[in-house]
Amino acid sequence: MGRRVLITGLGTFWGGRVAKALEADPDVEVIVGVDTQAPKIRLERTEFVRADQSYSILARIVKATQVDTILHTFLVVDSTRMSGRSLHEINVIGTMNLLAAAGGAGSTVRQVVVKSSTLVYGSNYQDPVWFREETPRTRAPRTRVERSLLEVEDYLRDFAEDNPHVTVTLMRFSNVLGTDIVTPISKALQLPGGLTPCILGFDPRLQFLEEDDVVRSIEFTMREQVPGIYNVAGDGLLPWSEVAHVCGRRLIAMPPVLTGAAVRPLEWARMELPPELLDLLRYGRGADNRRLKRAGFRYRYTSAGAVESFAEASRLRATVGDSRPTYKYESDVEAFFRHSPAVVRQPTG
Amino acid sequence: MATGDRITQLRPGALVPVPRDAADEPLAAQRLSDVDEWGRSEHARALTRRLYDPMYRYWFRVEWDGMEKIPDVGGALLVSNHAGAIPSDAPAIMHGIETELGRPVYGLAEHLFKAVPIVGTAWARNGGVAAHPENAYRLLREQQQLALVFPEGTKATGKLYKDRYQLRRFGRGGFVEIAMRSGVPVIPIVVMGAEESMPIVARSNSLAKLLNVPYVPITANMLLFGPLGALLYFPSKFRIKVLDPVHFDVPSDQERYSRSRVMDEAESIRVRMQETLYDMLRNRKSIWFG
Repeated sequence: MGRRVLITGLGTFWGGRVAKALEADPDVEVIVGVDTQAPKIRLERTEFVRADQSYSILARIVKATQVDTILHTFLVVDSTRMSGRSLHEINVIGTMNLLAAAGGAGSTVRQVVVKSSTLVYGSNYQDPVWFREETPRTRAPRTRVERSLLEVEDYLRDFAEDNPHVTVTLMRFSNVLGTDIVTPISKALQLPGGLTPCILGFDPRLQFLEEDDVVRSIEFTMREQVPGIYNVAGDGLLPWSEVAHVCGRRLIAMPPVLTGAAVRPLEWARMELPPELLDLLRYGRGADNRRLKRAGFRYRYTSAGAVESFAEASRLRATVGDSRPTYKYESDVEAFFRHSPAVVRQPTG
Repeated sequence: MATGDRITQLRPGALVPVPRDAADEPLAAQRLSDVDEWGRSEHARALTRRLYDPMYRYWFRVEWDGMEKIPDVGGALLVSNHAGAIPSDAPAIMHGIETELGRPVYGLAEHLFKAVPIVGTAWARNGGVAAHPENAYRLLREQQQLALVFPEGTKATGKLYKDRYQLRRFGRGGFVEIAMRSGVPVIPIVVMGAEESMPIVARSNSLAKLLNVPYVPITANMLLFGPLGALLYFPSKFRIKVLDPVHFDVPSDQERYSRSRVMDEAESIRVRMQETLYDMLRNRKSIWFG
């Protein structure tokens, strides 16, 4: 019998991507996706259920679908996307409800995979160059997104302790770059005018992860059922100046004091630099990725490779325009293809 | 569910096996700069060496004794005494070893460096690394590099001229513990001459507290040359002596080491360095000519 998987945040970039990858896996029997918004990419056999932000419906879904694996990809790590309140609602309350559902009486869940971020380490001048999974952060978290992710990790730790029969995998992803994803960093590298902000006198070393490796690593931890905490990040660190150079950008320096106020005008250009990114542009961050490698995962891209992949995609986009196909989810159409006896179903994969 | 069953059954007979893991080959990527994970750039370092070389040769006229005790390969923790408001000893030691042995030296320094614009970046490009135990372990144990550390820290560079060549406390002996954990020897290096290159005649504690820095010095150089004195060293003669490496016969990679053992080793290294310094000072005829 194959795996029965529940994916949270199906409408987000990651949820959709992971679902698509799992559809090609014959060992995955059922994929159920939950989100507040409809999926943005075409999926063949994933079932979509609309839920509210805090996932109060989740316990019912888990019971009804008898899933054995939950992939929690719906943690918000980009604080420019929403207000602090909904961020808290989604990250903390959403995870609480999710874990309550997974640990409820008669639950069939045997593995929970959570997609967190290396933001939990912060970025500070007292930091070591490399954070191992157990290296403590050097300063108390100041930003809302960092605090919420740390709270989520605390809940997850309690959950793992209370439910020893469940494989709990916590993955901390580094900054992601790639062909499609849009993050504050990718926006900073695509600002009009060929200019990219940096902080005067600082050239931090950053680490990147290619979006392909994100999906592959989630699949990997699910397939191999590896428990524990894992940093997921490309090999090596690159100075921010080099990143900008690879992308063909010129750097424009922000003052090192009162930086927050100085970058405010950028918001008019729909470019927001959240405080956690300003810290990163000052001190950088490195996450030791060797534990996941020891578990057997092989990265396809290094940090430099991820930047290159992003640069190639943006050059292509600059020439031929945005050719990403737009897709609109229509529940009737999707239901027809999935459930109508008229459809002759071909095995995927 | 039916769909799932059919797929599972079809799989063994599939004509083309799904090559999921064949794409696992890591892709190579070009780098544009040679900045390594520690922030050090050999290009930047080579440029600095070229600029600094005249200073090293003709200003401080650095002379080494016992350079052969520093290994060509393998990790070692170099431990030295520290002096001068803006320490002139670290660049001299790093320059000497890099030109002589042709291998990089990473200077472990106060975290505060990293928070200063421009200075922090320049320091990192030239081999400066924040003195965090995790950084030291990785450099020494895993990469078998040379790391230079000043266990006295800012207690030494902030001391007044009247206290010159009096070694301060060697922290809490953390450097010994790191060397033990990394399984590398400690090589003590004694520098004579740096104390006189930028002597501190007075300190302002209140200003230091206000600026949140370890010390605000008033140096003899400043009194003589004005603000320019912050950049101008006196041409004192440098003599650098490398002492015999200290090997610890303890297993590496332990969670912790006996505190008393660590303190004893640290103190015995400090005493040896202090005595060597006195010896060298006894034989020094002139501050400027050695």
